Amino acid sequence: MSRLAAGGSIDRRQPLAFTFDGKSYQGFAGDTLASALIANDVRLVGRSFKYHRPRGILTAGAEEPNALVTLRSGARAEPNSKATTVELYDGLEAASQNRWPSLGFDMMAVNGLLSPIFVAGFYYKTFMWPRRFWERLYEPLIRRAAGLGALSGLPDPDSYDRDHAFCDLLVIGAGPAGLMAALTAGRAGARVLIVEEDFALGGRLLAERHEIDGQPAADWVAAVAAELASLPTVRVLKRTTLFGGYDSCTFGAVEKVADHLVTPAAGQPRQRLWKIAAKRTILATGAVERPISFGGNDRPGVMQASAVEAYVNRFATAPGKRIAIFALTASGLRLARALKAAGIEVPAIVTPDGTGDGSTIAGMVTATHGKTLRSIEVSGRRIEADILAMAGGWNPAIGIASHLGARPVWDDAIHAFVLKTPPAGMALAGAAAGHFSLGEAIDDGLREAQAALADLGMPATVGARPATSDDPAGVGTLWSVPGSKGKAFVDFQHDVTVDDIALAEREGFRSVEHLKRYTTLGMATDQGKAGQVNGQALLAAATATAMGEKGTVIARPPDRPVAIGAFAGAHTAAHFRPVRLTAGHAWAAENGASFVDTGQWKRAQWFTRPGESDWLESVTREARAVRTGVGICDVSTLGKIEVAGPDAATLLDRLYTNMMSTLPVGKARYGLMLREDGFVFDDGTAARLADDRYVISTTTANAARVMQHVDYCRHVLWPELDAQAVSVTEQWAQVAVAGPNARVLMQRLLPDMDLSNEAFPFMASAQCRWRDGPARLFRLSFSGELAYEIAVPADRGAALMRALTEAGRSFGVTPYGTEALGVLRIEKGHPAGNELNGQTTAHDLGMGRMLSARKDFIGRALAGRAALTDPMRPTLVGLKPVRPGERVRGGAHLLPLGAAARAEHDQGYVTSACFSPVVDGWIALGLLANGPSRIGERVRAVSPVRGTDVEVEVCSPIFFDPEGVRLRG
Amino acid sequence: MRIPCPYCGERDAHEFVYRGDAAPQRPDGAEANEAAFADYVYPRANVAGAMHEHWYHAQGCRTWIVVERDTRSHAIAGATLAREAKR
Ligand SMILES: [Zn+2]
Repeated sequence: MSRLAAGGSIDRRQPLAFTFDGKSYQGFAGDTLASALIANDVRLVGRSFKYHRPRGILTAGAEEPNALVTLRSGARAEPNSKATTVELYDGLEAASQNRWPSLGFDMMAVNGLLSPIFVAGFYYKTFMWPRRFWERLYEPLIRRAAGLGALSGLPDPDSYDRDHAFCDLLVIGAGPAGLMAALTAGRAGARVLIVEEDFALGGRLLAERHEIDGQPAADWVAAVAAELASLPTVRVLKRTTLFGGYDSCTFGAVEKVADHLVTPAAGQPRQRLWKIAAKRTILATGAVERPISFGGNDRPGVMQASAVEAYVNRFATAPGKRIAIFALTASGLRLARALKAAGIEVPAIVTPDGTGDGSTIAGMVTATHGKTLRSIEVSGRRIEADILAMAGGWNPAIGIASHLGARPVWDDAIHAFVLKTPPAGMALAGAAAGHFSLGEAIDDGLREAQAALADLGMPATVGARPATSDDPAGVGTLWSVPGSKGKAFVDFQHDVTVDDIALAEREGFRSVEHLKRYTTLGMATDQGKAGQVNGQALLAAATATAMGEKGTVIARPPDRPVAIGAFAGAHTAAHFRPVRLTAGHAWAAENGASFVDTGQWKRAQWFTRPGESDWLESVTREARAVRTGVGICDVSTLGKIEVAGPDAATLLDRLYTNMMSTLPVGKARYGLMLREDGFVFDDGTAARLADDRYVISTTTANAARVMQHVDYCRHVLWPELDAQAVSVTEQWAQVAVAGPNARVLMQRLLPDMDLSNEAFPFMASAQCRWRDGPARLFRLSFSGELAYEIAVPADRGAALMRALTEAGRSFGVTPYGTEALGVLRIEKGHPAGNELNGQTTAHDLGMGRMLSARKDFIGRALAGRAALTDPMRPTLVGLKPVRPGERVRGGAHLLPLGAAARAEHDQGYVTSACFSPVVDGWIALGLLANGPSRIGERVRAVSPVRGTDVEVEVCSPIFFDPEGVRLRG
Repeated sequence: MRIPCPYCGERDAHEFVYRGDAAPQRPDGAEANEAAFADYVYPRANVAGAMHEHWYHAQGCRTWIVVERDTRSHAIAGATLAREAKR
């Protein structure tokens, strides 16, 4: 055990049991998995991506490239979890990744011996040819060799939540700068949201020993936390990772609600996705320490100095017995003091120029030795050490600001990329701003919070600036160590070395973005947080350009990996999207309906009767019943829009190709709408309820789009028209009643109305009463039969369906669904969705006559283009198989007889096909080049998808009652 | 992104439907020819900078509005009702 006897922020009264690779260990509340592994002397935690080199814990934060584990097992297994950010809990189960058969002995480590071929760009160079090897050999090989963790493949048993937050000031990060900012703004009464990834507040103050106001910094953190909790306008979200900055100062964050529990409590989500809208933001995300690129810098035992400091001070562990320090920054000396205070031996402090106290060695670490670290080499001299802490300088964590378009620039004073101009509404504070000392962090937090308050017009209460202890923050640079022995790694997770960078440069990959892709530098799950800048510095040196001259790679969200489940939230399975049910849904279900999704609607597709074994049997019976008796069909899903006002008629004249202003009150008319480019947009009917009031119908699919279009015309094109429009699709339930017995049935329902052909002829409309409530009656026919549509307020829709069923029982009223509806309309040659597909013109559908020449309307000018009225365009025709009983398929291509089934002979295609009871055979509608003049000609309908080839005769699209006698009866 | 609807106040962009450049004006009237309409329907300027665009508050007040947005930064300078912008 390497647990120190005292100190740290762990709770020694709360021991927690956990397993790693099946072995049992013990840690304490307040540990991360990484700190608990260190306390248990586990040095080897993973294998690298490419060479499968043994790796140990490098960091104590989210930038960790090595210690990736699979957390939990079974359906809850979560691969690529960073041990350094996983909060320890009782019963935690973790397994190492990317090793086979075991972590200690990995077959794939042979890759390391073959490393000359695994150089930069090896994917591009090695696996190019022969091409056919790619799918069968190379890709499976690469995937097996290079995979990190694997997903369980099982459904996620946990639930996820989504929430929204609005605030005056969002503070990202609860280190000294963030806490000072949140406190300042909170005291002034601003709505403050402060998010912190860690399960404890304090940031670097958790790991470093400082004094604030003469007290240990931890006491100051505790006091600030208590005050923030007491302020009513402040919300503190711990365990919450802010992963993305988006336009208009909105942010995405994930709160790990139950990740620190074995399983979430009943009703508790595992994670919660926050969408945050902030008026002002302070980015106080600190900085990430850089590694130093020397030979053997990836050996288990080589760690970031800041991490060693955290493991000793915060977690009360001793990562080693003899900890050497290789430092380019003043923080290295602070670490030495911390180690000595904890009773840990410090065999050497190495700095390139010998700065430091008397014991410092001037020089560089050029090599390391041991399976896990045993010794280091400095200027040819071996020094025994089981841990080497490297302090390579700091990269301000400015990714979130970069998401918002801010471009980092190189600052030679601190050797780091910084933001000189943060995005609008955002300020940087502390180490994120490149101000590495504690005093600067406190100053920044105070100043930026006051600036934000002033900006928002809120008075700031002036609080005293707490006094801080001295914190030297000098930074030097050393991008590579000359005379290094062994591989010097830049990107630990993707095994990118100093030599790879040099090779990429020699091969011409000289921009930072090319370098990234060619070497895969920074493309692993840590997104190059540790190694990216080092790689760029090496590139700059190789190309003899100044650092920063080539810019840096552009950071994009997410800043940290986020589980897909968190994005989906509760919107899964049945909650993926809303379900819309018509008022007659329960009635349809009782009558044996099978439902089909049309958009969000459930529509009855057919109604199975006892003894029917096949959908076609049911559909044929329903269609036949409409032709011979009477059928009822729920058509409530069709869009309904009321248009009212003195200029309603003028508006409709401009919306439809045909004239609607001449429609008398009490009549309805079929209408066609085009898009402005001349193609058909939608069709439906308009009924005039009064001089200044119409109700128009749309197809089910286009209901929302037509509403939007009508509003566009009213608001944008012709705001001078005095016309209002509102969707009433959901307010009215509507039923089609069709068949020779339709009048008898309707008369039973509406005994007081004169429904005779003289009083209520084809295309009549009326507002009437049904059972003492409002109703609308239309004599419309989609089926070609004598037919009505009756609409009642939606809350009476179910009663209407039952009343029709009851009234029609004595003559066998038959419910029919969308399939029979389709059969009936195909028999009559009415175009529907398959024909109104956005690629057809009025001319294509045989409706060229409907384009009025007496007025302007949407699409008028461009519909007249020569190419859109060319007779050689595929035009609507009927098609019937030459050999009785053969079946034509929708989607089949139409080809001349004797022509090979190739694209160049394609003359059109089948849009709709069905079995027609009245024809007693399969029939179809199709779009055929020069179709109407080819009636009687035979063509082939070839479906390569279904493997069918049927000879068909071109005919009129109207298969039944071409004179329309029945619908006027 | 958040859009300041003149009716509803600042709302999430997901509530809106985007249409595009608000500059082209429909050549109204039965005498406007094919060329004028082709010009209205097809060519669009690829603006780098401030642009006036039509957005529809589909999941809100159902109003078409004109939003001024900088295409380089997505910064939104303001929004007006389309029917007022026309005047
Ligand atoms: Zn609105």
